[in-house]
Amino acid sequence: MPDPLLTLAGVHTHIGHYHILQGVDFEIARGSFTVLLGRNGAGKTTTLRTIMGLWRASRGTIRFAGEDVTARPTPDIASAGIAYVPENMSVFSGLTVRENLVLAARAGKIDAARLEWIFSLFPALQRFFDSPAGTLSGGQKQMLAIARALIEPRDLILVDEPTKGLAPAIVGNMIKAFREAKNAGATVLLVEQNFKAARMLGDTVVVMDDGRIVHRGAMAELAADAALQQRLLGLHMEQHA
Amino acid sequence: MTDRIAEREETAVAAPRIDWIPILLTVGVALVALPLIGSFSTWMTLTVAALAMGMIIFIMASGLTLVFGLMDVINFGHGVFISVGAYMSLLVLWPLTGWVESPSIWLNIAVLVLCILVAMAISGLFGLAFERVIIRPVYRQHLKQILVTMGGLIIIEQLLHVFFGGSPITIALPQNFRGGLAIGPDIIVERYRLIAVVVGVIVFLAMMLVLNRTRIGLLVRAGVENPEMVEALGYRIRRLFVGVFVAGSALAGLGGVMWGFYQQTLTVGMGLQVLVLIFIVVIIGGLGSIGGCLIGSLLVALVANYTAFLEPKVALISNIALMLLVLMWRPQGLYPVVKV
Ligand SMILES: Nc1ncnc2c1ncn2[C@@H]1O[C@H](COP(=O)(O)OP(=O)(O)OP(=O)(O)O)[C@@H](O)[C@H]1O
Ligand SMILES: [Mg+2]
Repeated sequence: MPDPLLTLAGVHTHIGHYHILQGVDFEIARGSFTVLLGRNGAGKTTTLRTIMGLWRASRGTIRFAGEDVTARPTPDIASAGIAYVPENMSVFSGLTVRENLVLAARAGKIDAARLEWIFSLFPALQRFFDSPAGTLSGGQKQMLAIARALIEPRDLILVDEPTKGLAPAIVGNMIKAFREAKNAGATVLLVEQNFKAARMLGDTVVVMDDGRIVHRGAMAELAADAALQQRLLGLHMEQHA
Repeated sequence: MTDRIAEREETAVAAPRIDWIPILLTVGVALVALPLIGSFSTWMTLTVAALAMGMIIFIMASGLTLVFGLMDVINFGHGVFISVGAYMSLLVLWPLTGWVESPSIWLNIAVLVLCILVAMAISGLFGLAFERVIIRPVYRQHLKQILVTMGGLIIIEQLLHVFFGGSPITIALPQNFRGGLAIGPDIIVERYRLIAVVVGVIVFLAMMLVLNRTRIGLLVRAGVENPEMVEALGYRIRRLFVGVFVAGSALAGLGGVMWGFYQQTLTVGMGLQVLVLIFIVVIIGGLGSIGGCLIGSLLVALVANYTAFLEPKVALISNIALMLLVLMWRPQGLYPVVKV
């Protein structure tokens, strides 16, 4: 078996005095599409932020593409080939759509063919290419945040709840975008509360609770096992009922 | 339902990029002052003086607002780079007295440009050292920043004392920049004030060009909004910050040269004196906003000049009052920068 692209081994993260991640272990295989599930406050965002070096792991190691990146500064981790789409979108609202994409393209120039592809997925971005991102609607901002991660090929894309609060019509386009990115060879780690969307996209699933991983396996297995779903995600479903 | 939401997404229109209200407000202040002052030529003199002062304040404040916006660093030491810049112009003025007194406007311009270049280079170097030695150890600790940067200011002030003495130094404007220029019947404006306006406009345009047309500029604007995301895109915000800090110190030095000529007297404490005004401008304009910094500078200068004429007793508190009024209207300043 080839080396996994990303490995978390015994990762603990403290935020201030709070012990948030309490030993997180999982691996992400190259080319896989992993969905990270878990109820509110389980530590999903903290996990992604710790991978990016935005929170520091207080214990354990994170390896990416064969290298230990645990203590590396965030820009180095990003440059090693990880794109990050945070929970709150974080588009630069004072910059235009174009400028947001220019900064995301580390090569310095936007690849025309790739831009065409992004426009075909998210036509709104083409229409508002020279408008400040702050004037976009919530859905369009989310599209821009994802486009920023797709504007150049990256080895790993981390996406935090992209469908939160979005109209289903837009979610459809987003799912399509991730599918195509995956077919193009990207490895994706997606945090998603929406199990329906998660099932359509993921081939692997990781479930966490209270700062620990409570389940790892194939998506097909979890999708087929209603009892397991109930046990792992029941709490989450109740909360949303 | 779904379709309606989707439709709204489709038709969302981008708002215009420039918020005109603060600009109109500034023009309004000038227009309202005209009948209060009564005489058009007096009003014109005061307004040009305010524009000159405003542009110089803008030059001095622009670096501070970016430093604050980008790294959330409160730098009370900023004022000392103004003094450093002003005093460094002596290094040019003393040996080149002949150029200053020369009737050739080209030599006059050359001496001003040399003063500016030398002042910017040396205050930039001071800025580099200041960032490394004084600011770096106190990131994210506001109280310490205030104390430590104040300390740095005092140390550099004392250095100026040692080298240039404690008493005020008078400097002469280059020959062709002295006196007034008649620009209409009854209307005379001081030449140097026009030069200050021109220099200020050049600096503003250059900054806009860099901020809007270069990658570094984009990164600075992005970093003011959300430094974390800039890092997550793979850029080292620290390096960017050092660059901005040095540029901001150099601009303060440039402002110091212009301010020194404006007053024609240099004192070691001159930077600290204008620092209060600069902080007011940065707060009024919106922390991190260059456009806000410009409008804030002009507004502060106009109000200061008009009230000094109309009601000298009020002049002292007029800027504080202006700041309170602006903050009551827009608590984040005239041009709030969206922060994450
Ligand atoms: N900056 C912070 N300071 C203190 N505690 C925090 C901070 N950020 C997160 N936490 C806590 O860490 C825990 C995990 O938060 P995290 O945001 O990682 O959860 P999540 O799984 O992403 O939840 P959600 O589904 O709501 O996004 C929560 O209990 C949260 O309250
Ligand atoms: Mg989260």
